[in-house]
Amino acid sequence: MSIVEVSKLTKFYGKARGIVDVSFNVEEGEIFGFIGPNGAGKSTTIRLLLSLIYPSSGNAKVFGKDVVSYGPEIRRNIGYLPSEVFYYEGMKVINLLRYSASFYEGDFDKRLHELSEYMELDLSRRIDDLSYGNKKKVGIVQGLLHSPKLLFLDEPTSGLDPLMQRKFFDLIRQENARGVTVFFSSHILGEVQRLCTRVGIIREGQMVEISDIRSLQQSNYKKVHVSAAGISAASFDLPGVTNLQADNGTARFFFKGDINQITKKLSGMQIADVTIEEPTLEEIFMHYYE
Amino acid sequence: MKANILRHEFQGHLRSALRWSLSVAALILVFFSIFPSFASSAATMNQLMANFPPELLEAFGMNGLDMASVLGFFGLLFLFVQICLAIQAGSYGFGLVSIEESELTADFLITKPVSRTHILNSKLLAVLACLLITDLAVWLSSLAGIALFTGSREVDLGTLVLLLFSLPVFQLFFLSVGLIISLLVKRVRSVTPYALGLGFGMYVLSAFSGIGDVAALELITPFKHFDARYIVQHAAYDLPLVLLDLAVSAVSLVAVYWLYVRRDIRAVV
Repeated sequence: MSIVEVSKLTKFYGKARGIVDVSFNVEEGEIFGFIGPNGAGKSTTIRLLLSLIYPSSGNAKVFGKDVVSYGPEIRRNIGYLPSEVFYYEGMKVINLLRYSASFYEGDFDKRLHELSEYMELDLSRRIDDLSYGNKKKVGIVQGLLHSPKLLFLDEPTSGLDPLMQRKFFDLIRQENARGVTVFFSSHILGEVQRLCTRVGIIREGQMVEISDIRSLQQSNYKKVHVSAAGISAASFDLPGVTNLQADNGTARFFFKGDINQITKKLSGMQIADVTIEEPTLEEIFMHYYE
Repeated sequence: MKANILRHEFQGHLRSALRWSLSVAALILVFFSIFPSFASSAATMNQLMANFPPELLEAFGMNGLDMASVLGFFGLLFLFVQICLAIQAGSYGFGLVSIEESELTADFLITKPVSRTHILNSKLLAVLACLLITDLAVWLSSLAGIALFTGSREVDLGTLVLLLFSLPVFQLFFLSVGLIISLLVKRVRSVTPYALGLGFGMYVLSAFSGIGDVAALELITPFKHFDARYIVQHAAYDLPLVLLDLAVSAVSLVAVYWLYVRRDIRAVV
């Protein structure tokens, strides 16, 4: 069953483009990655699904219900972690979380303490005394507190240190294992690849690709940088090599295909230095759609 | 209906409401404390005032008020009370939804399983309760001032009640007009200048309408809709103007709901 169904969704802010004709589905129980550079329309899409803003045309359904007509009902089972978290400054963390919980049916005090302990969040502090990272933790607890069936995470890892990021990912995996569907927006390809089963790529307001993570990885480019004596453009005359630049004993290029072909080539050389890395998202976009 | 937003909003406004209440009550009592000396030299006072340019007296709504009578004196004081309450109600109106948007807590609230209508209902009820607290302070301190400082002079209770009970309707105007303006302008960066502008602006319009005999202005400003001098002189409301005042508030509120339910809550840029 599709938890999220988006069909030709379009949003203009006056004349400014938000998103145009975006269509995709998110299936029950999956972790759907939503990647694109800043300003591509990721937040716009999420805000439309949460009825923070309303579509110019097209429509979206969550849990099979139209988001414009059934917003409050849908949001009972949604957890949202915004990319920038802002809460009522004068409140204490515990009071804010209790206020948040008071919007849902049930008693969430036990879960509140479990989650806060897990995320190492001090409940007695005031919101305005918190660092950015700690505010983010409040956001995480707040988003998960009421055991939602669908989670919207909008660039959730910014501001979290690597240790906390890992704890957070573990938490999301646990929730997912309980059957929670996750919509994970990010501009960092690596974290999407680690967590998600399927991804949608959005660029300049339009969905340019929806595929499962494995096929994306197989068709994925690697960025290779080699320094070796006597290197030249001819050394890497292979299918799948693009944007080859070679000079002064170094070569730089993108490679798409079986990485063993490259390592075989390299093993025959006297290498001074080599890096094989993920291209940045921008670089992927530049090459993915040539 | 869940009362959690109502409670949260009420607590958020309570401190400000108490501050306003104490200030206005203090203003009323201090003002009343000079009444005895005012009244004992009443003849001199009224003579002195007769020498003032009539435009000045018009601007303060004092022309035709007998400053030696309790209600005449109270009529002048009432104008200052009105200005205070206009600023308070205006600031609640301007801030009601705009503060959440400029401090970016609107995302938190609106992504909860509540409708926009419910949010507005709760917020409006909360500030109305806070405005009523201030009214209560005005009512009690006015009665206390009269009891303490006017001795055995006669007070027409009916007129006094008319004056005091006009305040909630007067406040509703500034609350609803502030709110609708906050939804129509692109962004309210700071509430205070808007609230001062609306409050004083309306007062200045009312003063001008008195000086220049611009009758059209009295249609716009609640200071004319609830002109203390008119109420004291006629022992009645200027009914058409009061109805106009109510109509403006009602239309504003309807428009507020219409706009807020359709409003895009923009993200941080």
